[in-house]
Amino acid sequence: MPLVRHRTASRLAAGLALSPALLVLVVVYLGCTAWTVWISLTSSRMLPNSTFVGLRQYASLMGNERWQVSVANLAVFGSLFLIASLALGFLLAVAIDQRVRAENTLRSIFLYPYSMSFIVTGLVWQWLLNPSFGIEKMVRDFGFPSFRFDWIVRQDMVIYTLVFAAVWHAAGLVMAIMLAGLRGIDEDIWKATRIDGLPAWRVYLSIVIPMLGASFATAAVLLATSVVRLYDLSVAMTNGGPGVASEVPAKFVMDHLFERGNLGLATAAATSMLITVAAVVAPWLVWQSRRTRRAHA
Amino acid sequence: MKLKPCLTALALACAAGASFQANAQEMKAEVIHWWTSGGESAAVKVFAEQFAKAGGTWVDTAIAGGVNARTAAINRVVGGTPPTAMQFNTGKQFDELVENDLLRDVDQVATEQKWKSFMPQAIIDATSRNGKMYAVPVNIHGQNWLWLSKAALEKAGASEPANWDEALVALEKLKAAGLIPLAFSGQKTWERGLFNAVLVGKGGTALWASIHGKRDPAAARSPEFKAVAETYGKLRGYIDPGAPGRNWNDATNLVIQGKAGMQIMGDWAKGEFAAAGQIAGKEFGCAILSNEGGYVMGGDVFAFPKLKDPAQQKAQLALAKVMLEPETQIRFAQKKGSIPVRLDLDVSSLDACAQKAVKLLADKKHQVASQEMLSPPALTGAMEDVISQYWNTPAMTADAFMAKVADVLKQPF
Repeated sequence: MPLVRHRTASRLAAGLALSPALLVLVVVYLGCTAWTVWISLTSSRMLPNSTFVGLRQYASLMGNERWQVSVANLAVFGSLFLIASLALGFLLAVAIDQRVRAENTLRSIFLYPYSMSFIVTGLVWQWLLNPSFGIEKMVRDFGFPSFRFDWIVRQDMVIYTLVFAAVWHAAGLVMAIMLAGLRGIDEDIWKATRIDGLPAWRVYLSIVIPMLGASFATAAVLLATSVVRLYDLSVAMTNGGPGVASEVPAKFVMDHLFERGNLGLATAAATSMLITVAAVVAPWLVWQSRRTRRAHA
Repeated sequence: MKLKPCLTALALACAAGASFQANAQEMKAEVIHWWTSGGESAAVKVFAEQFAKAGGTWVDTAIAGGVNARTAAINRVVGGTPPTAMQFNTGKQFDELVENDLLRDVDQVATEQKWKSFMPQAIIDATSRNGKMYAVPVNIHGQNWLWLSKAALEKAGASEPANWDEALVALEKLKAAGLIPLAFSGQKTWERGLFNAVLVGKGGTALWASIHGKRDPAAARSPEFKAVAETYGKLRGYIDPGAPGRNWNDATNLVIQGKAGMQIMGDWAKGEFAAAGQIAGKEFGCAILSNEGGYVMGGDVFAFPKLKDPAQQKAQLALAKVMLEPETQIRFAQKKGSIPVRLDLDVSSLDACAQKAVKLLADKKHQVASQEMLSPPALTGAMEDVISQYWNTPAMTADAFMAKVADVLKQPF
């Protein structure tokens, strides 16, 4: 009996301690989300109003060429950025794991870009890639007058320059996570593979990578969040240009919320982003909870 | 080290607080604006000084960036703590505030000072809703100026153009001379700015009114509009590869250094020339490219939220009055690079380009309302997207562009 009472009391205490967080979650997070969804169903322009127009904002959103380009850009950027950052980060970690000298210095250098904001990263890469005084100019001055590297001003290539900058920014972080994972692998495994005479690449591919599953998942989740909220890099580097070639959904939302005074369209875009993320995350959550349940069973 | 100025500021603040309590009827005006650059803050100081002379206290709330300042102001109005006055661009930005009955009109001062007798009609129209004026226009900015480097033109053996056909000839000569013919800043706003300069210069004021004013999709399919689209498209051949993403003032600097022949930019570019010690008519020239004239007028206004405090209400009226006094207007224009919104003043103390502008505007047919005055921000933005796409996609035909413009004009903004 006393044990039960004790448990109830501690539950109550825990509940009390958590209630402010719960309140914030419900009011701020869910409340604002619900409000956003509601506004997207109205004809709101600069100020919110409550004239219900059904899915009209969504219809004009889907017909909006800039939105279509933004979504396509996010898909290209997201997949390339994830793959490239994970691959490069892993390779860097493997390289550093070879007991190189000056390991700490190298690690700091690789991790350094991550300490900068996307705005700074964007500006640096904007200068580097600018054809009239960046890499192109430098190589030409070295005596290769026909060298061409003007991706940032070409509509068909500009999105890849965003990938460059973002990978440069994030690869160090992936490296740090992977390195921690690599250090956690038992030395005995390496000894065993050496006795078996396996080549190092084979060990990494067949044994180490599968063992690093958790590290990969952590890194991928972190990277994925920066894909969805991609905004500042595009603003700082290209401001969505040339034309609308490097526009991204978050920038579409911000521009229409503030500069263009079009709350209805902006919130419709924001809601579409939410639905997309939910559509990706929901199956994963279901799968996770099933797995946990199976583990408990 | 930093403590001393802090203490001084604190003491001043206390003194101000004390004097405020001593005189509850004192006129105190908190003004939200986005004039933060050197010339701009010097200009806004003129308002503050003149207001102080009239017995008021100017409380400066400067927020960098027009969008940020407007958002902050609107949020405060909606949130119930409005400022005394807030800046907007002359045009549609404050439409919804009027519709929702959040702004007070300034008709009383307007009638008293006879604003309608000396302001261009387009400016009056842009600040009036339902026959009442809801904001104080304080200046006129010309948006479609051509700035040229006399040295560069001389080097290329080109003459100063008066219209777009002559400009194309001059651009070709500049190109042949190995200079950057057209200094350009490849950002959406300026791509639209250049397009608008071609639209009013090549297409004429009537076409301007049917596109931006009446939003007539048929006008976008007319042969006149096609000529505009083609001329605009040709200009792509006269910019340098570094143009995309460049800031407008960096482009102006190319003209100042004589590396580029000309630039289309609003009269705020004058500040850059002045900072480099160049004088209008001597080192650089200014012109409005057009067959029939057409000065695209933008500008700034101050709007007044509805307030309950009578002292604040009094301050609002006093501010409105002070801002349009002849002395304020001239001194402000000198600092800002714009021209006075009053066309009845002696402007001999302004620079040559400003005098040119005032002379042009004396004739009503040259007074053209800017795109921002005629269309809401959402439509302006959608047009900007289309113009930017056309400019950056040389493969896009003029006809495809015209169809897209017509589509945008059909949308319900």
